Amino acid sequence: MVITSTVTHPDEQRESLCSTFASRYVRDPIPRFKMPENSTPKDAAYQIINDELMLDGTPRLNLASFVTTWMEPECEKLIMASLNKNYVDMDEYPVTTELQNRCVNIIANLFHAPINEDETAVGVGTVGSSEAIMLAGLAFKRKWQTKRKAEGKPYDKPNIVTGANVQVCWEKFARYFEVELKEVKLTDGYYVMDPVKAVEMVDENTICVAAILGSTMTGEFEDVKLLNELLTKKNSETGWDTPIHVDAASGGFIAPFLYPDLEWDFRLPLVKSINVSGHKYGLVYPGVGWVVWRSKDDLPDELVFHINYLGSDQPTFTLNFSKGSSQIIAQYYQFIRLGFEGYKKIMENCMENTRILKERLERTGRFNIISKDIGVPLLAFSLKDNSQHTVFEISDQLRKFGWIVPAYTMPPDAEHVAVLRVVIREDFSRSLAERLAHDIEKAVKLLDILPSALSTRAAHVTAITSETSEKDKKSALEIQKEVALYWKRLVDGKKLGAC
Amino acid sequence: MVFPKPPSESDLFLHSNFASRYVTDSLPRWCMPENSMPKEAAYQNIHDELQLDAIPKLNLASFVTTSMEEECNKLIMESINKNYVDMDEYPATTDLHNRCVNMIARLFHAEVGENENAIGAGTVGSSEAIMLAGLAFKKKWQNKRKAEGKPYDKPNLVTGSNVQVCWEKFARYFEVELREVEVREGYYVMDPAKAVELVDENTICVAAILGSTYNGEFEDVKLLNDLLLEKNKQTGWDTPIHVDAASGGFIAPFLYPELEWDFRLPLVKSINVSGHKYGLVYAGIGWVIWRTKDDLPEDLVFHINYLGADQPTFTLNFSKGSSQIIAQYYQLIRFGQEGYRSIMENCRENAMVLKEHLEKSGRFHIVSKDEGVPVVAFSLKDRREFDEYKISEMLRRHGWIVPAYPMPPAAQHINVLRVVIRAEFSRTLAERLVFDIHNVLHELEKEHPRKVIKNIEEENKGLVDNIGVNNTHTALDAHREIIAQESNKRQKIMAA
Repeated sequence: MVITSTVTHPDEQRESLCSTFASRYVRDPIPRFKMPENSTPKDAAYQIINDELMLDGTPRLNLASFVTTWMEPECEKLIMASLNKNYVDMDEYPVTTELQNRCVNIIANLFHAPINEDETAVGVGTVGSSEAIMLAGLAFKRKWQTKRKAEGKPYDKPNIVTGANVQVCWEKFARYFEVELKEVKLTDGYYVMDPVKAVEMVDENTICVAAILGSTMTGEFEDVKLLNELLTKKNSETGWDTPIHVDAASGGFIAPFLYPDLEWDFRLPLVKSINVSGHKYGLVYPGVGWVVWRSKDDLPDELVFHINYLGSDQPTFTLNFSKGSSQIIAQYYQFIRLGFEGYKKIMENCMENTRILKERLERTGRFNIISKDIGVPLLAFSLKDNSQHTVFEISDQLRKFGWIVPAYTMPPDAEHVAVLRVVIREDFSRSLAERLAHDIEKAVKLLDILPSALSTRAAHVTAITSETSEKDKKSALEIQKEVALYWKRLVDGKKLGAC
Repeated sequence: MVFPKPPSESDLFLHSNFASRYVTDSLPRWCMPENSMPKEAAYQNIHDELQLDAIPKLNLASFVTTSMEEECNKLIMESINKNYVDMDEYPATTDLHNRCVNMIARLFHAEVGENENAIGAGTVGSSEAIMLAGLAFKKKWQNKRKAEGKPYDKPNLVTGSNVQVCWEKFARYFEVELREVEVREGYYVMDPAKAVELVDENTICVAAILGSTYNGEFEDVKLLNDLLLEKNKQTGWDTPIHVDAASGGFIAPFLYPELEWDFRLPLVKSINVSGHKYGLVYAGIGWVIWRTKDDLPEDLVFHINYLGADQPTFTLNFSKGSSQIIAQYYQLIRFGQEGYRSIMENCRENAMVLKEHLEKSGRFHIVSKDEGVPVVAFSLKDRREFDEYKISEMLRRHGWIVPAYPMPPAAQHINVLRVVIRAEFSRTLAERLVFDIHNVLHELEKEHPRKVIKNIEEENKGLVDNIGVNNTHTALDAHREIIAQESNKRQKIMAA
């Protein structure tokens, strides 16, 4: 422990001024570029940082994110107590390791992995779905490479087929691990991957087809069963044996409780691995995800490192090494605290609150509801009339009321459609839902009064077009696309914010 | 919020955790339980089981921080529900991250102007940091080879066999050949001359370690730089260096500021450091810094543009907690350079105390160097009756976790015990550890009486010594006997 510096500053010598805000530390500029030469008293350091962080958004009002923002105090106690445990020290913290293994088993069984009664499931805890997806992708890539080498065929051009609605971590995986990403484009009204088109894109170099259970944009579930059927047929024709991965980052803890009869998991034979975010509807604070494989054969042994600490063998296959243990313990807490009935109740509450919000919005008559009733509890809606105002302006207005409700344009080929998206999490109660609905109505009314920021631009566009020849006259759709593109540039690359 | 199931009639009488049925049901291991349980019971059950984990502060195997100030714990808990990647929603947190990157970059003398933003990223640990750095080197090298019209399918990386496992992971997952320079007895780090010999046109970089995991030693990065510069001039290959300063990065600038190992050397293009080691933060944070913009290929970076400000991101993980980043900033401004210097000096001092006591016992070789990370690695001089693993096992019974490992190839025949001196390892604890090591040796000697004999004279002398010792039952011996008895009792209880 550091004994606070013996060099006393005049301020500190005067006992009458022990208050943080009376000290010189609130007058000195904050270090931004260089580590300060001297120490700061801990209460001053705490206060300085705490004050700046007040300018961050309020996590619970952040309706952009699926990630959990509230946990019970008992769980926070457990989290606090395990902050200083480095998860990777498996030999030193065997119980923590055991809790991870139990979570993997519980999740694997939830997804109907074909494992025997007391057999351990194959899976691992990760820092989030990004790491989980990279591990799953790596397994597919290596398996495919091994197969191709055995067949004496080239293995230098692997590709992966997925929808354009895919989350950015798939693009990262593709870029970092040198796999070609083949995206099935969306269409107006159909905002998820079309299984038919996906299967068409599959070729001998395809390492897997990735389906999403709970699309980031609209919360929709992709039809994994249909994909499985079509792909089984293609496999029997071609002999390629292309597998499926299900990115159930958000849907993995929704479907088993609300739609238990929906077949999307290991009940479908071609599904070889599934990832789910513990920190989304797994109801844990940010920093935990899970990936589960169907069986041992689906995880090539050469990717697994074996650590031998004093005799016991612990296989590990993660990108991260040292990390905190808190979230893993918190995940186990949630599983045993809530149980199946607890999770089911929470998800039902979320869906009910989504329905309430949806009805209120429909009643205004100003919005199209883009999200489906079956899927992740979120509401994605667009304006019926885009000519005067856009959803981006509504988003701005809502910010002023304290809500963070993001506005996005849809991925290709539906970029002309812009939506607002509200994610309904566990801690989004009925009263908050009604308050939000009220504030959205207020925002729309305010915008009706304000002059349109768009009308001048639209006028500009029309002016230009009227100068050109009749043949070049742009359609309403094209104008809409241009306008959306203008706003898109303001929030360029916003796809990363959708999480 | 979940409303708890209405308690059964018998439970209503007995609201105490330990009176409820939840302490007779075993915790679920395979399947999610059908029903909920009260939160107090859930907490208690998990808390109790976790007591069987080791005590983090007595874990002398790990470099990772196990204690932080209360004020920092408050900040951590307050930000536990902030998802770091929501940069738009949490701009202050993002700003703190950028400040940390700037501060650490300048600590390493990165080539960056006074008010210019340094190039770097916060990661979950040095593993992620190393993978990002390696990826940058690989992509840069590939782009160069493609431009030259040469094959780019067999990249390799040169490093010492004392390298931490994450380099092997990087090599295997990202399909880069790992060329390891073997260590030898007495020289347990990468030899720069041998490393440079292994470099060829397919080498994406040479990785040097500042603070070897095995014995805390700093590799001679300056010599590596000089030799590699020469080779680059001859071959025109322009092979760069990466410094894995996971543990050493927060030691060298404070204890050895004159040591040139960082961006002061022209060939060093990226450095990683673990915030959760001597950066003094809990597990879950690392940093990677690049020399300049050019050292991070643009096609690996994803850009977020909100309201004008460009935030480039290049990390493997996406959603993660913000707590450790805020904690790192707290430590940097709370301690400042003088605070960190003071802490590292304390660590070095305590390491010296431990080392001197071990040397005085006459039973150990000290394998770690004085200059380096504050670690004391030692091996037994005489391993005929018991080895380092036995000592490690016995120390466990006293509560200490002191691991025993074989050294890396080709010195695997040497085993060492290693004690990591962290900030919270005080002088008192150091002396206690020494005392317990002596006790352990004593206990082991009783089990295996020493036969230190080299010649007849010594044998006779030895016998006399033994008789002498047996006849004078000192207070220390009595004390040791008591401890041995207690220890046996404890063992019996634990085995029951």
